[in-house]
Amino acid sequence: MSAHAPAVQSPYENTGVPDGKLAIWLFLASEVMLFGTLFTSYIVLRTAAASWPRGWDVLNVPLATFNTFILIASSVTIVMAHAKAAARDKKGFMLNMGLTVLMAFVFLVVKYFEYSSKFAHGHYPSTSIFYGIYFTTTGLHGIHILGGIAWNLGLMWWANRDGWDDRLFIGRVEYAGLYWHFVDVVWIFLFPALYLL
Amino acid sequence: MSEHAHGHEEHSFWRTYVFSVDHKVIGLQYLITSLLFLLFGFTLVLLMRWQLAFPGQPLPLLGRLLSPEAAPGGVIGPMFYNQLGAMHGTIMVFLGIVPLAVGAFGNYVMPLQIGAPDMAFPRMNMMSYWVYLPGGLLMLLSFLLPGGAAQSGWTSYPPLSVINPGQTMWLVSMVFLITSSLLGSLNFIVTILNMRAPGMTLGRMPVFVWAQFVTAFLLLLAFPPLEAASILQLMDRVFHTSFYMPAGLVIGGQTTPWTGGGQSLLWQHLFWFLAHPEVYVLVLPPMGIVAEIIAVNTRKPLFGYKELVGSMAFIGVMSFVVWAHHMFLSGMSTTLSNFFLVTTMIISVPSVAVLTCLILSLKGASIRFTTPMLFALAFLPLFGIGGLTGLPLGLTVTDIYLHDTYYVIGHFHYVVVTGSLIALFAGTYHWFPKWFGRKLDDRLGKIHFWGTTVAMNGIFLPMFIIGMQGQSRRLYDPTAHLHNLVGQPMHVVSTVSAFVLLIFQLPFIYNFFNSIFNGEKVDSNPWKATTLEWQCPSPPPHGNFASVPRVHRGPYEYSDPAHKDDWLPQDAEKAVAPV
Ligand code: HEM
Ligand SMILES: [Cu+2]
Repeated sequence: MSAHAPAVQSPYENTGVPDGKLAIWLFLASEVMLFGTLFTSYIVLRTAAASWPRGWDVLNVPLATFNTFILIASSVTIVMAHAKAAARDKKGFMLNMGLTVLMAFVFLVVKYFEYSSKFAHGHYPSTSIFYGIYFTTTGLHGIHILGGIAWNLGLMWWANRDGWDDRLFIGRVEYAGLYWHFVDVVWIFLFPALYLL
Repeated sequence: MSEHAHGHEEHSFWRTYVFSVDHKVIGLQYLITSLLFLLFGFTLVLLMRWQLAFPGQPLPLLGRLLSPEAAPGGVIGPMFYNQLGAMHGTIMVFLGIVPLAVGAFGNYVMPLQIGAPDMAFPRMNMMSYWVYLPGGLLMLLSFLLPGGAAQSGWTSYPPLSVINPGQTMWLVSMVFLITSSLLGSLNFIVTILNMRAPGMTLGRMPVFVWAQFVTAFLLLLAFPPLEAASILQLMDRVFHTSFYMPAGLVIGGQTTPWTGGGQSLLWQHLFWFLAHPEVYVLVLPPMGIVAEIIAVNTRKPLFGYKELVGSMAFIGVMSFVVWAHHMFLSGMSTTLSNFFLVTTMIISVPSVAVLTCLILSLKGASIRFTTPMLFALAFLPLFGIGGLTGLPLGLTVTDIYLHDTYYVIGHFHYVVVTGSLIALFAGTYHWFPKWFGRKLDDRLGKIHFWGTTVAMNGIFLPMFIIGMQGQSRRLYDPTAHLHNLVGQPMHVVSTVSAFVLLIFQLPFIYNFFNSIFNGEKVDSNPWKATTLEWQCPSPPPHGNFASVPRVHRGPYEYSDPAHKDDWLPQDAEKAVAPV
């Protein structure tokens, strides 16, 4: 092919599924293995533990419930953002993506207050296996939230420059959405496992 | 994550050779880097071999250069010995063989074999190299840190690994390497699924591509558990959580900061959940390489293409359910150990099937004994020894005796050295003409071949004997135990052979660098091979193929009586009139 040939897509893409979409699903599969391992470790450690506190005695359930709703709402807005992008409504896209990012920040701020109150009471990761698991899993989840924020902000920034009319734009919004739903689902598992069981 | 950023690529030196997004340049970067890491890991083990054969004697020459803490008076100290062992294993596996088999061979050859202009995500491909390199350098630099490098073996079992110095850097560097292999495996899978040239159906893909495909899935799904496990270990070290730590741990009369209550066996499970599939990451691509070379040099179709591919896929699936055969002696229940005994016996069936297909491919062939073919042929029996000696380790009864002895070391080195490494040498001789448009020198190649195979057997065969005599692995000074004295001459044989092996790598190193510039020039298809990588120039230009190749047939159409040549490339229009 010549040096100026268009992007490789045309004669290729044998499966009919775009490269990016395949990649994001594979990435999520590996993420399932990552968090799956942590959940397995949680189960193993808990079953073997001599004692295990009940989540609601030591953690703040109302705050976490609030955060759960925030994340679910942000999953709705990112779906809307994708729909708006597909409908070529830039304002609607920016609004919904902006809301998604905003809610992600709210989630982290709430988490920050949760963490600080634990530290204030002298509860650290080293305090017990329970706190170790709590800080490690929610911390790793928090990092994933940060990654989502960066990705979504990047898309907004790109839309404002030359990305909006790029033929890959809508697809990438979709992939960001898939990732965001995944991060959401991880929390849906973490919340009962840590706070309610 | 931009797709296929081609065009306008007449770039500066930096963009062409350093931060290139071309899969061929990246493949060569991986090639050189991983060969250097292999040499480094080999050097480490030579120091160990000296200590094993001549315990307590100062190292000749090198001894004086080492720091007095590591090697007082030129004698390797026990701590330093442990660092050498852990780093040898880690470097050989994660920085040497895997990047060579996947990063170098996979990257360079696989896109060509499926007729693609590049990887699906060229920039991600570049990223994966540039995450691998710092990860590897961090690993090496850890020798220079206070306390030195990791010293708890490549398996890093807690609680020792949580207590010992050096381990934090090991974990950080592993996170880099895992990220790199994640980026790579995603890219490989998408490329193989989506970037095949028209007509290149799955059933027409060369065996090597299939091997890379299965390998990529293993990397994708097996590494994240180790990443999670490493994060937990990092937490144990840095924040003193007790995921892997027992309660009431006292070291040297001192209480420790860990509150305890964790499970050190949890690490073993998580580690081996990665590390067994990893073993197949080490052997599947080499199997693929050997298959390609055998087909070309026997001038006939491989025996049992479908069986080969099916067996490799089955190996891939099964490799996720055998991990605890490394832990028979950790006190697991007999029900559990029986389960893993059975799965282990099951997974040996497809491995034997692969080997059988390759051996039967030789039947009735007029074999061309080229240098790559010699290496490929040596792979068959030697890898076979590695595989068969594994069976007694998979059977609980015999493993009780053999576990953690030198027999184990002998077994897996037959697999990864006389198996994988030999196959990777074969691949280097085979594809070198594609990479540089010149051949490696045949005479030097044959010297390299004979010296290497004989020396390797000299190193590892004695280990079986030492092991069956009951000598533990990871011993700093075998002679400290009376019952080991009888095996000591074998250690000397092994060590001498290791230095002989080093000497016989010199012709290879010289040959490699000399042939890049002065080797015999060859045309684009010197072996008269059928697969697509030989149907484009050597080295292939940016974008690989002048026009999109159209594939008309399977990968191994050799000696077709209806055709005047004895080979029919996959993209040739149709058989030319019969003679
Ligand atoms: C080619 C020359 C090589 C020689 C002479 C050699 C020799 C050795 C020796 C003497 C040990 C220490 C055994 C013990 O005391 O426990 C060892 C360990 C090991 N080697 Fe090699 N080896 C070579 C290549 C390789 C390669 C290519 C790989 C991997 C792909 C490899 C992987 C390992 C591993 C994983 C260990 C275990 C380290 C540990 O105990 O944690 N070796 N090797
Ligand atoms: Cu295994």
